Amino acid sequence: MTTKLPPKDVVIIGLGWTGSILAQELTEAGLDVIAIERGPWRNTATNFAPNYAQDELRYRIRHELFLQPAQTTFTFRNKMDQTALPIRSWGAFMPPNGVGGGGVHWNAETFRFLPSDFTTRTHLTQRYGAKFLPPDMTIQDWGVTYDELEPHYDRFEYLCGTSGTAGNLKGEIQPGGNPFEGPRSRPYPTPAQQQPFSHTLFAKAAAELGYKPFPQPSGNLSQAYTNPLNVRMGPCTYCGFCEWFGCGNYSKASPQTTLLPVLVRKPNFEARDLCEVTRINTDSTGKRATGVTFVDSRGNEFMQPADLVILSAFTIFNVQLLLLSKIGTPYDPVANRGVIGRNFTHQTISDVESFFDKSKFIFNPFIASGAIGMCIDEFNGDNFDHGPHGFVGGGYMGQVQTNGRPIQTLPTPPGTPRWGAKWKEAARDSYLSALKPGTGVHGSMYSYRDVYLDLDPTYRDRLERPLLRITMDFHENEIKQNAYLTDKFAEIFQAMGAKQVHKIYRKAPYDITDYQTTHLCGGAVMGTDPKTSAVNRYLQSWDVPNLFVMGASGFPQNAGYNPTGTVAALAYWSAQAIRSQYLKNPGPLVQA
Amino acid sequence: MRSGAAVLSTLLALGCARGATFGASDQQNFAQIENGRYLTLLADCAACHAGVDGTPFAGGRPIQTPFGVLEAPNITPDGATGIGHWSDAQFDAAVREGRRPDGSRAYPAMPYPYYTKMSRSDVLAIRAYLNSVAPVHNTVVANQLPFPYKIRSLMRFWDALYFTPGQYRPDASQSAVWNRGAYLIEGPGHCGACHTPKSWFGGDELKHAYRGYALQGWFAPDITDDDATGLGRWSQKDILEYLKGGHNRFSAAAGPMGEEVMDSSSQLDDADLAAIAEYLKHQPGTAEHDRPLAASDPVVTAGAAIYADICSGCHKADGSGVPYLFPDIAHAPSVASRDPATLIRVVLQGANTVATNQEPTGPQMPAFGWQLSDAQVAAVATYIRNSWTHAAAAVSEHDVRSTRQALALER
Repeated sequence: MTTKLPPKDVVIIGLGWTGSILAQELTEAGLDVIAIERGPWRNTATNFAPNYAQDELRYRIRHELFLQPAQTTFTFRNKMDQTALPIRSWGAFMPPNGVGGGGVHWNAETFRFLPSDFTTRTHLTQRYGAKFLPPDMTIQDWGVTYDELEPHYDRFEYLCGTSGTAGNLKGEIQPGGNPFEGPRSRPYPTPAQQQPFSHTLFAKAAAELGYKPFPQPSGNLSQAYTNPLNVRMGPCTYCGFCEWFGCGNYSKASPQTTLLPVLVRKPNFEARDLCEVTRINTDSTGKRATGVTFVDSRGNEFMQPADLVILSAFTIFNVQLLLLSKIGTPYDPVANRGVIGRNFTHQTISDVESFFDKSKFIFNPFIASGAIGMCIDEFNGDNFDHGPHGFVGGGYMGQVQTNGRPIQTLPTPPGTPRWGAKWKEAARDSYLSALKPGTGVHGSMYSYRDVYLDLDPTYRDRLERPLLRITMDFHENEIKQNAYLTDKFAEIFQAMGAKQVHKIYRKAPYDITDYQTTHLCGGAVMGTDPKTSAVNRYLQSWDVPNLFVMGASGFPQNAGYNPTGTVAALAYWSAQAIRSQYLKNPGPLVQA
Repeated sequence: MRSGAAVLSTLLALGCARGATFGASDQQNFAQIENGRYLTLLADCAACHAGVDGTPFAGGRPIQTPFGVLEAPNITPDGATGIGHWSDAQFDAAVREGRRPDGSRAYPAMPYPYYTKMSRSDVLAIRAYLNSVAPVHNTVVANQLPFPYKIRSLMRFWDALYFTPGQYRPDASQSAVWNRGAYLIEGPGHCGACHTPKSWFGGDELKHAYRGYALQGWFAPDITDDDATGLGRWSQKDILEYLKGGHNRFSAAAGPMGEEVMDSSSQLDDADLAAIAEYLKHQPGTAEHDRPLAASDPVVTAGAAIYADICSGCHKADGSGVPYLFPDIAHAPSVASRDPATLIRVVLQGANTVATNQEPTGPQMPAFGWQLSDAQVAAVATYIRNSWTHAAAAVSEHDVRSTRQALALER
């Protein structure tokens, strides 16, 4: 039996970063908002207290903060002619779960995309000609520009207190920042974090090679900060337990440390945790959402009517819910038609481990934060001439070593036995004098006709819903890009004086067991043409105008940066359109 | 959320309330009702007179006293179980003299020794406001004290010893702001009920007024102008911010004071909070202070190591914390209170600091009781109490063990 609940103005599906931002913006507009979150409520002292949060086994190895595959999982295959199988332990990415979503466990690297990233196809075609792009590459423009998003990037950075050094203030290039970034209207709210020894050494070597190193913009704060909502954050303690962990010191930007304290005080906001939305309901025309159906943790089913539906779950859950709710045309890669599931992407990550003379270099790798690091951007986006190289895309690279946690950060030189006395000796010798940046080369991944999401024909979850099927492989363009970037990256470690440098290239086939990042993108992309996009430039569904779809599912392809800054900027951009246009005149904001 | 049963009982109560006298208040006199609402906040009537489920003024919430458990009566205008049938004179006598309509005595958990300083018109404004809230049918058995305290008539002797009836008389030699502060604190605010030391019989020891008192497992700290253990280092702005937002650059409100901030002082006018600050800054401290233990004391040394390991991440190596987020325990006087109950409790159990509109963050301190032994808690508490600006008696393992046992009983 389904219990019908009293109607609300807005129902929000998923209370992570974008759900919290939309809840804040729409409650401010006076609307009555309910957020429905699949996972548990989480708060700092109860769920990630600093006297037990630093537990690598519990959180990193056993994935405590993440969705458990028993609850739901995905099937995976590399090629369309293969049979996909269910993922039984998370590998290449980590699906978030619970209040705060990915905003709890992220590293808080708070980048903006390059202005040219938003017009990828137009820009690359103009510079290199249409023939330069591989024929099956399906990249496209976003329908929104950097200049339009700038105020919204700014808003998110000031919400979070982001620590960084501006590289481009209103068109003026600034010393010490990233000279390639788009113009920003004001400096970062707090100065960049202090950099540990190895990061400083990397910056010095990079500068000597002619690059312009800059500190990674960080949501782990260099100093105490009070945001515009009067929520207070503390300074980062450099404990080195950020990614995979919640922050116990109120110093990592998350919904918990920036928005939720204000939201929970509002009489027009309600949150239901441990409730999973199973369907977005539409009326008989299929053109209007009437609300959502969800189940609680006991399996009781509820219907929540609402005038406006905000889909703000993680990328792949957004796509899955659209497919299960039969909203939009599912993507068909053979006919090259349909949009839901199209242009799915991830990231192209590689790394370089380097080994230094232990009598001269003591790096103390455990002094770190999730977004610490010195980076260069010379090889990102279209910051360099791709003409001679035969590929497009790129990424930032840097000594962004975020921890010295013992289980996973124990590099040994190539050729060392995997176990035994010789391994122990090498591990002991290398711990303080070897470098292992987490995502050293942070490459883009562009979209292709045969990389997509659809519903699996065989496997079903505990609620008898078809699992989402991932079809994903690396293409030659990304492999070439990665080889070029990884070689450039290794040169810097050589210049730092490493006695041995070990390059770990990213190669095909795409390996679902090897962690890259959790930056899954696309599948419900934004754009200007309903034939090739699921949502318009305001993240409004082309098919169901009272449904807005937040998150990286809207990225037509992924750039060479961490996505959260752009995800949040798009959420503020969409919220502004809802407040200033949609609420006055509910209906399509863009005519197809 | 209200249950269906509570709504039903309210509807029944509405029926029962018909024909109640309600006193003489005029339910169209909105100025009086609004004044009464504000005075009710100021007197924090809701803190004790809440229902078990939180229903305002329905009564029944247990109040722990050193003499046993009391339940505050239902003060909604319900005719059968509340105060709907009371006359205004009966209401005034209960509030200002601790006399119930049947002539029996109230216990001074009802702070009539303070409320007596209010004017009759203030009390009748409170009555007018209470008449405007929804009547709730809820029978409360107020007196659950053990013998001999359950004998209400004994309160005659208590009144003779400790109760001085009479309205507040302004002191012409002081400013209007001081006098307003004095009225608020001595009268409806009843700050001394928690913060003034008590005799064996629970009467205020007025010569030590506002120098702190242990109750409900917490130590309500010294709020005199004492530099070492009181508010001497706090400016009036610091006091105002604390009462309004629950946080200032030194300290944060948690536990019973957190409730007070949430239910009462955060909702008061800034002018009244400034008057309270003015009056508190005129309360003299004591001349007798402890001397600090030597840094070389082995317990202090052990405590310093524990502090560096588990406390300094938030409170900083120098104890300075982060203003409005993590208390500055180098300067927060309450950690050096003569009674370490609050410090021990907070280390063992953690603390939920209050969140307010002014300061919505509401940071929480995690519990360390599962991690530290009694000796370790004693050492770190002793270190904190004898570092930076502080000098206070060592905390013993026995103190920690007793607090642990008391906290286990609270659960």
